[in-house]
Amino acid sequence: MILQGIAFYVFAALLVASGVMVISARNPVHSVLYLILAFFQAAGLCVLMGAEFIAMILIIVYVGAVAVLFLFVVMMLDINFRELRQGALETLPLGALIGLILLAELVAVLGGWIVAPGVASIAGAPTPALDQVTNTHALGQLMYTQYVYLFQASGIVLLIAMIGAIVLTLRQRAGVRKQNVGVQIARHRDDVVVIRKVTTGEGV
Amino acid sequence: MEIGLGHYLTVSAIVFTLGVLGIFLNRKNVIIILMSIEMMLLAVNLNLVAFSTFLHDLVGQIFAMIILTVAAAEAAIGLAILVVYFRNRGSIRVEDINMMKG
Amino acid sequence: MEVLVVFLPLLAFLVAGSIALFGGPKAAPVAAGHGSHGHGHDDHGHGHAQIAHAHDDHAHHISHDELDHAHDDAHDDHHVVAGPPTAGDRAAQFVTAGAVLVSALLSWILFFDVAVGGHPRTIELMTWIQSGTLDVKWALRVDQLTAVMLIVVNTVSACVHVYSVGYMAEDPQKPRFMGYLSLFTFAMLMLVTADNLVQLFFGWEGVGLASYLLINFWYEKPSANAAAMKAFLVNRVGDFGFALGIFAIFVLTGSVQFDAIFAKAPTLTGQSLHFLSWDFNGLTIACLLLFMGAMGKSAQLGLHTWLPDAMEGPTPVSALIHAATMVTAGVFMVCRLSPVFEYAPTALEVVTVVGGLTAFVAATIGFTQFDIKRVIAYSTMSQLGYMFFAAGVSAYGAAMFHLFTHAFFKALLFLGAGSVIHALHHEQDMRKMGGVWRKIPFTYAVMWIGNLALAGLPFFAGYYSKDMILEAAFASGSGVGRFAFALGIAAALLTAFYSWRLLFMTFHGTPRMDKEVYDHAHESPVVMLVPLGVLALGALFAGVGFHQWFIGEARAEFWGQALLVLHGHDPVEAAHHHTPGWVSLAPLVVGLLGIAMAYIGYVQMPSLPGKIAGTFRGVHQFLYNKWYFDELYDAMFVRPAKALGFGLWKSGDGAVIDGVGPDGIAAVTRDVAARASRLQSGYVYHYAFAMVIGVVLFVAWLSVFG
Repeated sequence: MILQGIAFYVFAALLVASGVMVISARNPVHSVLYLILAFFQAAGLCVLMGAEFIAMILIIVYVGAVAVLFLFVVMMLDINFRELRQGALETLPLGALIGLILLAELVAVLGGWIVAPGVASIAGAPTPALDQVTNTHALGQLMYTQYVYLFQASGIVLLIAMIGAIVLTLRQRAGVRKQNVGVQIARHRDDVVVIRKVTTGEGV
Repeated sequence: MEIGLGHYLTVSAIVFTLGVLGIFLNRKNVIIILMSIEMMLLAVNLNLVAFSTFLHDLVGQIFAMIILTVAAAEAAIGLAILVVYFRNRGSIRVEDINMMKG
Repeated sequence: MEVLVVFLPLLAFLVAGSIALFGGPKAAPVAAGHGSHGHGHDDHGHGHAQIAHAHDDHAHHISHDELDHAHDDAHDDHHVVAGPPTAGDRAAQFVTAGAVLVSALLSWILFFDVAVGGHPRTIELMTWIQSGTLDVKWALRVDQLTAVMLIVVNTVSACVHVYSVGYMAEDPQKPRFMGYLSLFTFAMLMLVTADNLVQLFFGWEGVGLASYLLINFWYEKPSANAAAMKAFLVNRVGDFGFALGIFAIFVLTGSVQFDAIFAKAPTLTGQSLHFLSWDFNGLTIACLLLFMGAMGKSAQLGLHTWLPDAMEGPTPVSALIHAATMVTAGVFMVCRLSPVFEYAPTALEVVTVVGGLTAFVAATIGFTQFDIKRVIAYSTMSQLGYMFFAAGVSAYGAAMFHLFTHAFFKALLFLGAGSVIHALHHEQDMRKMGGVWRKIPFTYAVMWIGNLALAGLPFFAGYYSKDMILEAAFASGSGVGRFAFALGIAAALLTAFYSWRLLFMTFHGTPRMDKEVYDHAHESPVVMLVPLGVLALGALFAGVGFHQWFIGEARAEFWGQALLVLHGHDPVEAAHHHTPGWVSLAPLVVGLLGIAMAYIGYVQMPSLPGKIAGTFRGVHQFLYNKWYFDELYDAMFVRPAKALGFGLWKSGDGAVIDGVGPDGIAAVTRDVAARASRLQSGYVYHYAFAMVIGVVLFVAWLSVFG
């Protein structure tokens, strides 16, 4: 229990700290790196809760794909970060106030959450005992049977996203010579045959 | 001490708030906004997983995965838009994105 | 027959009115120039008379241009020239003059039947208002008082109608004029035959309307417009008092019908009316309010400012309305209500004082004026003052007798003046007249007759009536009666003076007009001279012939129930028996004195008046400017009313109502919209912030009230 407590507080503190650094770091690359750190802490928290599949997926997808993507874009955009420093102080008071109020409300609502006693009977999919089935196995059993449509739908969402990203960013550069083999070897009758009327005995 | 549901929920509330603050406290660049959105989604995920654990209900984790998927897709599209925008405008300063000014 | 007498003029008005509105091509003018005489105003130049333009569509147009240029003069009073009269014009003249002549004839017959014969009657026509206790009927009350008024109104009106045929011969809008004259006659007849106060008020308003329409007959002249409005508005003030008086009578007696009121009047002497925490003697207040109406209509001091300006109308109008009939409606009303006034002695005293003052003030103003019509107008005002102070001392018979004789000789004087004006080609300023008695002898003769009657020289009509009034005033014995007597004598002196001043300036001496005008001066056509003759007969014999009935031995049987004089109150009785000799002689003496003064001043030593006016410059200016009443009223009422109106317009309506209303709402809308548009900053993070604030508020609300 002690270990659990310590682990929780360490992970939580690092998570909050890196969250703060994400939004206040000057260098955007640093922001992304702090975001990666945050994801790691969140994964740690998930492991602590016993949802290791989610934790691993967090790392693989979020850190490995999304955060790297962020990094790519940040570096590609060649942002002059020197001029990006100023300006945040004006809205700080109002924004901080709103943020504090929001935090207070959320904590008030969520912090004292009491689970009703009879909730176990209405569980959608009761977690099977961990010594029998691993978390991954259990998730798989649930997802590919009851929530398979959701699964397929999310696949389609990803497909659309992929197409969308390509469509948005693909550009045709002018002045680039490319071969279009199909055009090259395609012949059309009109392009090669010319009909001339010739009188008998005379040349063309 | 016993780490209960409330602790996890509090953590996720804090992270959520940080994400919200990140959206409107920055004037620097749009990427911070996108990252703040990711943080908010992360907070929601934590919330779902916490509930799933403490209610002994696996549905929460299924939903967390779905949310993960959607977050990834959205991050991709968002960044694609950002790239195109940068190509056209040459800057990603938030203050310059005011063409919809009424 | 009574119905015919009253309603024939109405029929004539409708016929003439239809001709005026829908009649065929007019004898139309082309140019309308003008110049108001004696004031040197110049209004707009040569416009086209609107009616003419709308209806004139035939070949006469061209010939009118030539006629026009021939008549173009600088000092024309009103200048429009018409071609020969059309069928419509003739029809209108014939119908209206004919109707009023028939009415006049019938009213003489009625007079001998009702008044001399002693058969008063009331003819009910139909019900008008029946509302709770208010019961008003259309009814014709023909008693002795009515009969007298009928012959006055109808005879003078008939003479004026016939005279107008000649006087207005050059005017293009004859049917309209004749129609209005008949309308006036009808309204006046309704007034005098009224059996209740509401019908009387109907006639009252009707004559006010006709007066407005007729003063403003030449409506393109701004001075005529102003004069007509002034007349109507000043009358309105009086009418307001009159209406309040009717209400008071109704409150006191519960009825507006004369018989009912007269029956109840004796019992009401002590009754008081409570108003705004004050108590007033009911009858006194009612009579004073009614007298206020009479003041307005009869141009008594205070509400008199309209009468001189009313001379803007054509001369026949002045003769009919502002000399003989409309202005006497007030006197008639007071005499008609004598059974009520007798029980309000305070009111009678007020009437006496006002009448006396009017007589005097008007005479003082009259003797400085130069416009021939204005002199006669102030003379009318003065004589009306006489009639009122006679009524005030309860000598109602004498007042009515003076009304009767005055109608004849004043109408005669006005029409005679009209004849002079016509002869001298629309000249009205006496300073530009003179020396024409040989040229217009008939007019000269009738003017002499009229003035002799006015001054009250023996045998002429005015002698009987005026003398009786002065004797009655003296004999009444009261302070106000004696005061009125003194003023009356002074006024008689001035009257004689200015009447002969008028005669000498107009007809004698060296001619002071252009030679061309003098050469062209000619006697008026027969159609104008016949009415003058008829009225002259009246001025000569009305006094002699009728005084026995009105104020003489036979007066009790003559008047019957029509006039009430309480016992011990009758000054005519006293005058017959108890007046000292000098009282009877005084009017004659001052009359002759006045004539002598005028002779000295205007025939023997023509420079004398100028010198006297120069010596007493201040007094002369004061009198010449009508005692500055117009200026006083302008400062007291007109300017504050205009300022109030302007203030309410700009600040009240403009700033407050428009500001809070349409303008205010528009400004607020614009303001709010401007502020709201600032929310559209274009920054997505602002929008996100707004969303977050919304969520925060929503959650807060839920957690507090949820």
